[in-house]
Amino acid sequence: MAEFSTPTTEQQFAENFAQLKPVMNRTEALYESSRCLFCFDAPCIKACPSGIDIPQFIRQINSGNDTGAARTIYEANYFGNACGKVCPTEVLCEGACVYNLQEVKPIEIGRLQSYATTKAINSGKHLFGSGADNGKKVAVIGAGPAGISAACELRALGYGVDVFEAKAQPSGLTVYGVAPYKITNEETLAEMAYLQAQFGYNVHFNSAISSRAELKKLEEKYDAIFLGIGLGKTNELGLPGEDKINCTGAVEFIAELRQHHHEVAVGRKVIVLGGGNTAMDAASESSRLGAETVLLAYRRAKEEMGAYEFEYDLAKGVGVRGLFNVAPVEITGNGYVAGVKFIRTETKDGKVQEIAGSEFVEPCDMVIKATGQAKQTEFLSLIPGLKLDGKGRILANAHTGQTSNPKYFASGDAWNGGAEVVNAAAEAKLTARGIHAYLSK
Amino acid sequence: MPDLSINFAGIKSPNPFWLASAPPTNSGYQVMKAFDAGWGGAVWKTLGVPVVNVSSRYGGVNYRDKRLVGFNNIELISDRPLSHNLREIEEVKKRFPNHAVIASLMVQSRQEWHDIVRQSQDAGADGFELNFGCPHGMCERGMGSAVGQEPKVLQMIVEWVMEVAQKPVIVKLTPNISDITEPAMAARRGGADAISLINTIQSIVGVDLDKFAPYPIVDGKGTNGGYCGPAVKPIALNMVKNCAQHPDIKLPISGIGGIENWRDAVEHILLGASSVQVCTAAMHFGFGIIREMTSGLEQYMVEKGFNTINDMVGKALPNVLHWEDLNMKYKVTANINEDKCIGCQLCYTACEDGAHQAIKLNAGTRVPEIIEENCVGCNLCSLVCPVEQCITMEQTDSGTQHLTWKERTEAGDIPTKFEDEKAGGRHHWVPEPAAALGKERHKTLPGKARLYSGETQVPAQAEA
Ligand SMILES: Cc1cc2nc3c(=O)[nH]c(=O)nc-3n(C[C@H](O)[C@H](O)[C@H](O)COP(=O)(O)OP(=O)(O)OC[C@H]3O[C@@H](n4cnc5c(N)ncnc54)[C@H](O)[C@@H]3O)c2cc1C
Ligand SMILES: Cc1cc2nc3c(=O)[nH]c(=O)nc-3n(C[C@H](O)[C@H](O)[C@H](O)COP(=O)(O)O)c2cc1C
Ligand code: SF4
Ligand code: SF4
Ligand code: SF4
Repeated sequence: MAEFSTPTTEQQFAENFAQLKPVMNRTEALYESSRCLFCFDAPCIKACPSGIDIPQFIRQINSGNDTGAARTIYEANYFGNACGKVCPTEVLCEGACVYNLQEVKPIEIGRLQSYATTKAINSGKHLFGSGADNGKKVAVIGAGPAGISAACELRALGYGVDVFEAKAQPSGLTVYGVAPYKITNEETLAEMAYLQAQFGYNVHFNSAISSRAELKKLEEKYDAIFLGIGLGKTNELGLPGEDKINCTGAVEFIAELRQHHHEVAVGRKVIVLGGGNTAMDAASESSRLGAETVLLAYRRAKEEMGAYEFEYDLAKGVGVRGLFNVAPVEITGNGYVAGVKFIRTETKDGKVQEIAGSEFVEPCDMVIKATGQAKQTEFLSLIPGLKLDGKGRILANAHTGQTSNPKYFASGDAWNGGAEVVNAAAEAKLTARGIHAYLSK
Repeated sequence: MPDLSINFAGIKSPNPFWLASAPPTNSGYQVMKAFDAGWGGAVWKTLGVPVVNVSSRYGGVNYRDKRLVGFNNIELISDRPLSHNLREIEEVKKRFPNHAVIASLMVQSRQEWHDIVRQSQDAGADGFELNFGCPHGMCERGMGSAVGQEPKVLQMIVEWVMEVAQKPVIVKLTPNISDITEPAMAARRGGADAISLINTIQSIVGVDLDKFAPYPIVDGKGTNGGYCGPAVKPIALNMVKNCAQHPDIKLPISGIGGIENWRDAVEHILLGASSVQVCTAAMHFGFGIIREMTSGLEQYMVEKGFNTINDMVGKALPNVLHWEDLNMKYKVTANINEDKCIGCQLCYTACEDGAHQAIKLNAGTRVPEIIEENCVGCNLCSLVCPVEQCITMEQTDSGTQHLTWKERTEAGDIPTKFEDEKAGGRHHWVPEPAAALGKERHKTLPGKARLYSGETQVPAQAEA
């Protein structure tokens, strides 16, 4: 029996994908903020990649200054609202909260953060504005967490900013990738609208930059170019049968899901290939879409999965079953997916080895490949002098974000190889400062 | 099982818990319900002259998420007809002959006092409590705290009451006075049988930041009210102690002020109260709190081996001394239990900014370290530490020496100049003032900027 029945209406979808971190009301925020100890040199701040002054904003909520709390959050992180909902707080701020050492539930920092920022967004409170026009212009490629954060900070510093985005909506994977039970599209887009109203940058949607000619134009027109392009499509596995109908990449599947909700069909028996957080998300999502069985197949042992433990627990909690030490060798079927042929593996001296003769076929009617996102190396090769590391990540100065082509700066997934929204937001803010330092020379 | 019953200046009740004269004792309905629930006695809402109340009467003090740690009111005495109150007193006494019903009274002239004492006596009241405490509304009319603040007037009124009273008379004192023992002595001189304290403290519990008016707000305006609830217990305890220790007052004391559970009640009793009264807690949580109070008191008495309430009355009084009689040879030092410490460093910042710079931080651990030479044993760190029994104050003197300021004064052994070796704080190390600069400034920076120093960013690993 499926854990969830297939949602056929928006309301059923919302029930199946109920928010894990619903926004608090004032009473809950008051009670939760009252528990914070206001630690000295608080470990939660250090664990936050964007360094939000957590005890400060919690104290502000507690004293009834929700606006001040929102300001504290946004001063450090322009994706303050989204981060409160989508950050893996268990391994970041909340994981560092001193209450853990007492085996007491840590402060719900993420939810408090969303509480204060949601209030500011809903009221349209004007907290920030653009700086005095300094006559210089920066082009931002990609309207994801990195691109938008850079745009905000650059506007605050007085730059003219044009953002070029391939897709039709801002926020990048926040609206196209993150699981729907973490944040709703409305919430994501409300924060984007709020930021744009505050800072007044221009965003050109459906405007992929994809040729040398387009880049050249930007180079001529703008004083600097910020690369916030994130990662690309799901990696190809190179297996026979990968082109069968109903064999799809996780990122592509999730992007559809975020945009079309219950209209997205899922198989009755789904196999998800991979052991990272995206695999956990895709598996959970399949289950919540009403799949009868969802198998998570991973090449190595359970303990070796890259996913956070709480993400695996979340998947298990909605009925996902794990199949470990198996490597896919072929997607079987006649036109449509009918199964995955696996070979069993074992790990010897840290290396995965296949066990000869152990092949078996696991029947299914859908395969989701969550085997990592490809880098945008082809596009990046259009930028003269831009160096990448061995893994296809843009090489850039860790403090200024400047790449080997001095006019180009980079942050976010394209630079760090794939992290979280909060990393992209924090890095881009720093990089905007790097651009400012470079252009002020 | 210990015996909880008391005989307070001749007023008997099955336990020492009485409801104070206030809204919970406004009617026979409430008092009967309270007795049914287990309360031992009730001091009826003050009877007296006709009054009219305003609407919007209470204000509260909240601390973080804790509601009503302090409470204030601008209500007056009973606004119900006297005849109704008297009839209901009679009814309650018939139903509950062994419970204490005390009539709280407040009128003006001698004749009025005589009349109301007689009337409540006839209704069956077990005793009287003269309300010389109300700090708002009634004092403007020459009653309540206006009387409580004038020992001579107070004494005169007590004398009037004693002329006709055939039941014990308790005088309820106002804390709105600098020396509580003065009105207590006046009550004694007037012939009162007992005292009760404290009534509410004149207060403004808060100001509305949008309306620029004090709470509670009556049509945009407010007035000072009477403060009570958990926040006033320390003031009440001190006043109870002052009356109990006074060599000449020697009257039974009914302790009032901030009593919410058995512990609060025991504290009042250990400092000299032989009955206790409760108002705010009953208004906040209802009469049901009595079950916790009686069971807690009983448990405590069993554990301590007290058989009657009297066994414990004033037990702490011998240990409450004047400052000059404290042993200056006694020394405690803070001690951090590393296994319990959760690394919040509240102790560090408290001692650093609010005490004696006697706690330091070490690299590689969040557990702070006490600098023993600098610890003056003030207790601050142990008070702010959020973990039970994590910072303990350990005795570090030999425990064999005893010397008080008084003894030193008598022996001519006190410092008279700062240069004197005997002066305190002389060898206590304090950092150079300028060493403070820059220590906190980074905290004023937003986000990552505060972490710049020494932090390098390592690119996160790509997803598998
Ligand atoms: C399935 C999945 C789930 C995730 N879940 C979470 C989560 O729960 N919590 C969390 O914190 N993080 C999560 N992440 C990671 C997080 O979404 C990313 O780290 C973050 O969005 C990176 O931001 P970015 O701006 O660098 O890139 P992106 O968000 O990828 O944004 C890049 C943007 O650039 C645009 N673009 C790319 N190339 C071009 C071009 N040539 N021209 C114009 N526009 C272009 C893209 O369309 C996109 O809008 C998840 C990621 C995935 C894949
Ligand atoms: C709303 C209210 C009305 C009160 N009315 C009276 C009163 O009529 N007569 C009186 O003697 N004391 C009155 N008091 C004072 C209480 O009896 C009591 O002395 C005081 O509240 C302290 O006790 P507590 O801390 O338990 O509340 C009143 C208190 C409150 C809160
Ligand atoms: S660690 Fe926890 S308790 Fe301490 S300041 Fe941060 S959120 Fe508050
Ligand atoms: S007892 Fe006082 S002086 Fe000693 S360490 Fe604690 S706070 Fe500092
Ligand atoms: S206050 Fe207590 S728990 Fe916090 S650091 Fe100090 S000793 Fe540790």
